[in-house]
Amino acid sequence: MPRRTMIEAIRDAMDVSMARDERVIVYGEDVGFFGGVFRCTQGLQAKYGKSRCFDAPISEAGIVGSAIGMAAYGLKPCVEVQFADYVYPAYDQIVSEAARLRYRSNGDFTCPIVVRMPTGGGIFGGQTHSQSPEALFTHVSGLKVVVPSNPHDAKGLLISAIEDPDPVIFLEPKRLYNGPFDGHHDRPVTPWSKHELGEVAEGHYTVPLGKAVIRRPGAAVTVLAYGTMVYVAEAAAAETGIDAEIIDLRTLLPLDLDTIVASVKKTGRCVVVHEATLTSGFGAELSALVQENCFYHLEAPVARVAGWDTPYPHAQEWDYFPGPARLGRALLETMEA
Amino acid sequence: MADAGMLRFHVPEPEVRPGGTPDFSNVTIPKAGSVPRPGIDVDPRTIRDMAFSIIRVLNRNGEAVGPWAGLLSDDELLEGLRHMMTLRSFDARMQMAQRQGKTSFYMQHLGEEAVSCAFRKALAPGDMNFPTYRQAGLLIADGYPMVTMMNQIYSNEADPLKGRQLPIMYSSKEHGFFSISGNLATQYIQAVGWAMASAISNDSRIAAAWIGDGSTAESDFHAALVFASTYKAPVVLNVVNNQWAISTFQGIARGGSGTFAARGLGFGIPSLRVDGNDYLAVHAVAKWAAERARSNLGPTLVEYVTYRVGAHSSSDDPSAYRPKAESDAWPLGDPVVRLKNHLIQRGVWSDERHAQAEAEILETVIAAQRQAERHGTLHAGGKPSARDMFEGVYAEMPPHLRRQRQQAGV
Repeated sequence: MPRRTMIEAIRDAMDVSMARDERVIVYGEDVGFFGGVFRCTQGLQAKYGKSRCFDAPISEAGIVGSAIGMAAYGLKPCVEVQFADYVYPAYDQIVSEAARLRYRSNGDFTCPIVVRMPTGGGIFGGQTHSQSPEALFTHVSGLKVVVPSNPHDAKGLLISAIEDPDPVIFLEPKRLYNGPFDGHHDRPVTPWSKHELGEVAEGHYTVPLGKAVIRRPGAAVTVLAYGTMVYVAEAAAAETGIDAEIIDLRTLLPLDLDTIVASVKKTGRCVVVHEATLTSGFGAELSALVQENCFYHLEAPVARVAGWDTPYPHAQEWDYFPGPARLGRALLETMEA
Repeated sequence: MADAGMLRFHVPEPEVRPGGTPDFSNVTIPKAGSVPRPGIDVDPRTIRDMAFSIIRVLNRNGEAVGPWAGLLSDDELLEGLRHMMTLRSFDARMQMAQRQGKTSFYMQHLGEEAVSCAFRKALAPGDMNFPTYRQAGLLIADGYPMVTMMNQIYSNEADPLKGRQLPIMYSSKEHGFFSISGNLATQYIQAVGWAMASAISNDSRIAAAWIGDGSTAESDFHAALVFASTYKAPVVLNVVNNQWAISTFQGIARGGSGTFAARGLGFGIPSLRVDGNDYLAVHAVAKWAAERARSNLGPTLVEYVTYRVGAHSSSDDPSAYRPKAESDAWPLGDPVVRLKNHLIQRGVWSDERHAQAEAEILETVIAAQRQAERHGTLHAGGKPSARDMFEGVYAEMPPHLRRQRQQAGV
């Protein structure tokens, strides 16, 4: 099976979807002729023409708002916001419109759109190229929120998202675009060609939305992670020697609660990890759910390892980013509690 | 040159406040028939002055004059009059129903009936409107059942939106009426997207975007104009300038731009201004813009100059911010009276027939109201099931909502 980067897998997902369904339309800033600032749409305009893949004005509200209108017409737009940090001008359209359209019209109009956006830090992106705004979307009823962690899932999840009848926020950890990253910024990065999850099947396949996957089976503690943090968790488990069960959530909304609860009931301990800031982050929801559903099985308080409650800094990148050392300490504390 | 000393902050004010004498002497009203009618393929650069004039057909004597006249038959005009009278009667009954506690909220169209009623007749089947909350004439003029509108207003057991939406936030794909949102201006860019989709699909259908004067200040208005201009989307961009955004006079949103139509010029979009209380003028301009869109000539911006005679909503008291008799002084008059006079002048209508029609329409509205109220009103009788509250958030109900529905015990 061919190995691909996450960029290639994402491009492949759009290519496959556009070939299968002429209603799939791809656009955004620099997405057309140039093929995207991260190359995720390279070649799509040449292959499908300017009416299927095109450049948009720099207006996130315009991009998402027009996509909602296209979806109401009957197309399936898969649009790009260049960085998740720049989604806020479109927030009204996403929250008030895309998420509510089916509900408020009782199904008279629906909104099968995908809003792709590169997310996360670890790249010296500073304040506006590093944010992880997923909690701003998981709080919105009517949305689905997806964060892939590897090329295989990225392709399968994106095809699922495009085919899904509801609006999907598709957050792509840009730190993982070219290879997995465990937080060891001082070591050389391995490319996806060296990783088995870089194996991406040709053609059409899907990874279902709403289903988590266990990346590392373990008995001592459950780690709930997604995106880049999956590899940070793997490194932390290896370095501490703790037999952690690492769950890659993949879809945050709707959440695969069954997989989480089964794991925590088995291990009796749980650590939640995300790059996003701590307070009211998605980890708070995860922690509350674990507490509600696994209270009598818990041997220790649910721990949260997250970005600090500050804007994402530039020079202090590695003091901010929740790396394997910080997560490792949380694992040890949770085991000792 | 003024003394460059201290800066002074400028906040526009309306000419008159409560207690003052209404004054519209600053509103320049061109003579009916005086604005030319260019071909739909006109070079936008050559008609820039149209964004500062007002296209009018009906003159003071009720005659239809000038190049924009003559598009509608007697029967079509009589039908238009009936639509406007129906909307007005419907409004009055629903406003009263709100006062009687049968619903929580209502918004009237008083004085603006011509805009949506006449516009609807310029569209073809399959075209899609993206209305605000003040274009119910689009539904009335398209024959949408009044009982269904009332069911929605009452949030009763027959409400097509299952009680999920605030009254008057109708939705009907079948009648080319996009689901209304409470968030202002959002639908303006969506209309452009719908139009882009129609062009992408090599369809022949067009979209109509709607916005009020106040909401043009929202950023989605700008996004819509950029996208419409860039992609030459087949859309009619309507701005209903009724002079007021709740308590805020239109000068706050308009600033120094002269007119709202003039906003379109910077985007290279042909922009017209029309007498919004002149049924014939509204229809003629709408038809011109719709034909332009359908002929792949791109978007048109149309400003309808009208006046919001009623309160902003059933929760508003305009006497707190504008003179009580201001609507009487409005120089473009009343759209129903003006069309009525025109039809009398044409010899196809009379005061007697008008009074009779008014009574008939009221009877029809009351009959519809009785029928709707048999399905319940907001606080009495049949209502949507609490189970409906959990449906339709997603195409398929996810596990967490199933759990919550169970917890709610419904």
